[in-house]
Amino acid sequence: MDFLSNYDLLGAFWVTVQLTFWSAIGALIWGVVLAGMRVSPVWLMRAFATAYVNVVRNTPLTLLVVAASLGLYQTLGVSLTTDTTTASIDITNFRLSVLAFILYTGTFVSEAVRSGINTVPVGQAEASRALGLGFMQTLTIVVLPQALRSVVAPLASVLIALTKNTTIASAIGVAEAAVLMKTMLENEGQAGSLVFVVFALGFVVLTLPVGLILGWLSQKVAVKR
Amino acid sequence: MRLSPVLRAGALVATLALAVTACGGKSQQAAGGSDSLVDRAKADNKLTVGIKFDQPGLGLKTGDGYTGFDVDVAKYIAKKLGVDEKNIVFKQAPSAQREDLIAQGDVDLVIATYTINDKRKQKVSFAGPYFVAGQDLLVKTENTDITGPETLNGKKLCSVTGSTSAQNIQTKFANKVALQQYGGYSECVTGLLNGAIDALSTDDIILQGYANADANKGKLKVVGKPFSNEPYGIGLKKGDTKTQQALDGYIQEMEKDGSWSAALKKNFGDSYKVPAEPPITEK
Repeated sequence: MDFLSNYDLLGAFWVTVQLTFWSAIGALIWGVVLAGMRVSPVWLMRAFATAYVNVVRNTPLTLLVVAASLGLYQTLGVSLTTDTTTASIDITNFRLSVLAFILYTGTFVSEAVRSGINTVPVGQAEASRALGLGFMQTLTIVVLPQALRSVVAPLASVLIALTKNTTIASAIGVAEAAVLMKTMLENEGQAGSLVFVVFALGFVVLTLPVGLILGWLSQKVAVKR
Repeated sequence: MRLSPVLRAGALVATLALAVTACGGKSQQAAGGSDSLVDRAKADNKLTVGIKFDQPGLGLKTGDGYTGFDVDVAKYIAKKLGVDEKNIVFKQAPSAQREDLIAQGDVDLVIATYTINDKRKQKVSFAGPYFVAGQDLLVKTENTDITGPETLNGKKLCSVTGSTSAQNIQTKFANKVALQQYGGYSECVTGLLNGAIDALSTDDIILQGYANADANKGKLKVVGKPFSNEPYGIGLKKGDTKTQQALDGYIQEMEKDGSWSAALKKNFGDSYKVPAEPPITEK
């Protein structure tokens, strides 16, 4: 048990939290944009969003993360940073993995938001069109506020899944919890099960409150119909 | 008797659980049948060996067979133990699981680039070493500015996430080199070949395997200035000293009768410079 103090557990989980935070914000924005495209009157946007969601949602996340590193960074030279010191590789990997998580998780957010849009009675959109609102106005002022309030609970599940998915960033060496776990397993093979338990607990501590708080929030903001 | 769907599902789960525990019990019994592997292997004519499945030159699964230096050592030892080659069962032993595989009796021996150290000796015993590797650098053939660990300032290095080699780089060259960690060596080799990474660093013998792999022949070279000491041992059940002594003897025989250097040449190419035989330290 005493070897735990030799490792920076909090630091590793802090990177996990940061990965989750930036990816969640990006995925929420990208997911809402995708959902908007899927209900838009322009067929090209609908077609793009449908194709995108169905392709990316069904691609293994590891593949996306590794492709971001091997394809975007190594082959195309997209480094997402202007840093030139030896730390640049860590910054690049962090940002590339956030990008991959946004692209991937956005599809799940989009599907959740789209199902929320379907719960808004059609009369709402018809009434706003009768008032002379355009598509963007109808979507952003009338439909989305009601839709988002009804999808807090499914989005909480997406967020919890995202938190755990961040461990895949270890595939390109972002120093989050899973990398520390691999390091500890390499050095402390004699206490393997204990290491697993510690990291499992760490993730429960991160995700359980998220589920409880967002569960409570979803009750509070739900549109009573 | 009529059962509700819930009860029926429950009964099914209970039956399955029983079946699973029954199977588990049997395999445990087989593993605990005799104390020493030397006696058991000969009597059962069966040996289970944990190797790496993904390291060219050392332990590699190809189609339905296995190749590599570790595999050749395993075959030699099986022969000495009186086990037919066709009765050797190879199991995958990923680095993180090697201690548990031995402790739980899933494998008899682990021959998988297994560095002998004190922490591991708390849970398993070692025989050997049968090879002493050292951390080295793999670079492109045309690379001339990396000639050893002292020429790495500002370079991009690659190794496997969380591995001892990666940790060595982090502590020895902190703030001097950029370290890219990947899940496997193959991603590092890809990065090396397309120029995004300057050097791949891990045990020299593993690097030799990549340099000698068909796809990379002539494109990569090992620098040859090792900066660590990694004695590879054969992992076995803790406290089985009879087997340990027998294995030590077999390793020495293998070195003496020439099969040791022949196996190295076979797996790492004729141009590979066979090092001196390492002295046995685990007795």
